[in-house]
Amino acid sequence: MNTFLFELKEGLLISLRAIRANKVRSALTIFGIVIGITAVVLMSTAIKGIDNAFQKGVSSLGSDNLYIDKWEWFNNDTPWWELRNRKNLNLEDFEKYKELAQLPLAAAPTVWSNQTVKHKDHNVESIIIQGTNEEYINTTNLSFDEGRFFNELESSGGRQVAVLGFEVAKNLFPNGNAINQDVKIKGHKFKVVGVLSEQGSWVMGNFNPDKQVFTPIQNVFKYFHSEWFRSVTINIRARNSQMVEATKEEAIGIMRRVRGLKYNEANDFSINQQEGLLNTINETVGVIQIAGLFITGLSLFVGAVGIMNIMFVSVKERTKEIGIRKAIGAKRRTILGQFITESAIICLFGGIVGLIMAVILSMVVNQFLPTSVQVDSVVLAIVISIATGVISGFAPAYTAAKLDPVEALRYE
Amino acid sequence: MNIINIEHIAKIYQVGSEEVHALRDVSLDIHKGEYVAIMGPSGSGKSTLMNILGCLDTPTHGIYNFKSVNVSQMNDNELANIRNKEIGFVFQTFNLLPRSDALHNVELPLIYAGIPSHERKDKAREALEHVGLSDRIHHRPNELSGGQRQRVAIARALVTSPAIILADEPTGNLDTKTGEDIMALFNEIYGLGNTIILVTHEEYIAEHAERIIRIRDGMIENDENVSNRYIPQKNGSSKL
Ligand SMILES: Nc1ncnc2c1ncn2[C@@H]1O[C@H](COP(=O)(O)OP(=O)(O)O)[C@@H](O)[C@H]1O
Ligand SMILES: [Mg+2]
Repeated sequence: MNTFLFELKEGLLISLRAIRANKVRSALTIFGIVIGITAVVLMSTAIKGIDNAFQKGVSSLGSDNLYIDKWEWFNNDTPWWELRNRKNLNLEDFEKYKELAQLPLAAAPTVWSNQTVKHKDHNVESIIIQGTNEEYINTTNLSFDEGRFFNELESSGGRQVAVLGFEVAKNLFPNGNAINQDVKIKGHKFKVVGVLSEQGSWVMGNFNPDKQVFTPIQNVFKYFHSEWFRSVTINIRARNSQMVEATKEEAIGIMRRVRGLKYNEANDFSINQQEGLLNTINETVGVIQIAGLFITGLSLFVGAVGIMNIMFVSVKERTKEIGIRKAIGAKRRTILGQFITESAIICLFGGIVGLIMAVILSMVVNQFLPTSVQVDSVVLAIVISIATGVISGFAPAYTAAKLDPVEALRYE
Repeated sequence: MNIINIEHIAKIYQVGSEEVHALRDVSLDIHKGEYVAIMGPSGSGKSTLMNILGCLDTPTHGIYNFKSVNVSQMNDNELANIRNKEIGFVFQTFNLLPRSDALHNVELPLIYAGIPSHERKDKAREALEHVGLSDRIHHRPNELSGGQRQRVAIARALVTSPAIILADEPTGNLDTKTGEDIMALFNEIYGLGNTIILVTHEEYIAEHAERIIRIRDGMIENDENVSNRYIPQKNGSSKL
């Protein structure tokens, strides 16, 4: 054990000397590994960032929620035209479901329309206007920065009131104080009764509540498109996660009755769930991961081949040195260790430089993908760079170790 | 005491389909404290013999007993160990590590011998002092003259207190005057009881030894003691 530590220490010192003696070559060698490690760290960081963002987006949907819809959101097997030919769901379907359903915590219809929302000379385009009723708020985890959701009276009376998503409010009322102000949508005035707090789930795109406006459902039908134009989605929240399956079963039963399906007819509606989205996202992230791994692996491999190449050249150039060392008593394993250590240290330097590059680059990436280099990426980078050095240094080191001392000494 | 005993040593190199007999049937004994010159024309097999005696190479045939241990069939590691502890090499071309200073060059065999850092630095300094280079310990080979480089090499050979010192044409790359200094240094080392084997093709260098073994075409032609050995003048550069 002691001799092992001694040899390790002396090996390190000898390698450091050799690296210092061949600065330019060592620097060139490092280059390949710098790129490899930068790629590894950036890739693992980016993948983690993407995954986190997706998961956050999904969880904003709520895991206890069900969505009865004409469309199947994460459809794999039902042909598209079959979904299209389904009868739209309408408010009447919702009312009947509401009457019969025992299990849900809350249920609300929604229908959406894409509009521009204005206040004085401010306006925001492509905003999803969600028409719904007062129960909607109970199917979500949304909270308020100001004001409240519209109430039953406002909802059933079809009053022109609106609840603004965080970003909508920020853009229309940069100075705050949106409550009781008017916004104009397609020429119609709506009084703001509430502003939601920020959700920040950017992956949901325009379906992010931050970019939505909520208003009683009649308003959508009255001002934006006819009741028959777009199918209603019934948003349901189960009482708890254990109740999700039962609530779903009940919903299927009720909807089959409501839609008047015979026992041998297939459902002409779909019950959608966050789980479906989760699966799709996991698949997507999986593909990104494999692609990332492949690209990273490739750049590391190129770096490793470069190092092996340069180490071979180095061994060749230092044949005489190896001969001298052997003549004065260096054993095979000592020479082997020396060159492997040298290669590992060069790669470790490369890894550290790569890590620094990755941290700098990730600050740039951070502008559009919220992420940061984590400790495990740092450990990963260091382990990978040392391993690359050991693996790619082995063959050249072995060549050096088994050189014949007489031949090596004669080499000029 | 008998340090070296070789019997019927042969070394055959295979060059293509041809066999080169570098040594044929060489037998000899060398005792502790001897100063032996191996003398012969270029290509006669001197270096081959020295490499075998120095355990850098193994003979094709024959037996080599080093300190009564048969080393002719030892493996690489065992030979490396003997080279490290028992043999000090001095080469014609010095063979120092070009990018390391004198101290590190001299210290190197002690590193491979597993001597702890401060102890081996002391020993290396001492050895450099003995060859008259205590003011040059942090100079690299390219900052030293040929004679000084050879002194570093001699210090490196001495630092492990080896059983024999093997010098292959140690003055071959030096001018006559510097060569004479080096020979004076060897004479002093010999005077301290060291065993020296000196390889040379020059008669006047060989005459520094007390015994000359002449070889030709890989065979010993003649082996006799020198009646009036040439004793070089010490000219003050060494402090031995
Ligand atoms: N590695 C080798 N391969 C083939 N022939 C060799 C080798 N080493 C030495 N020889 C041959 O062996 C003979 C003796 O060489 P060497 O011992 O170097 O002679 P010296 O040192 O006396 O000049 C020469 O003919 C040389 O060409
Ligand atoms: Mg020779």
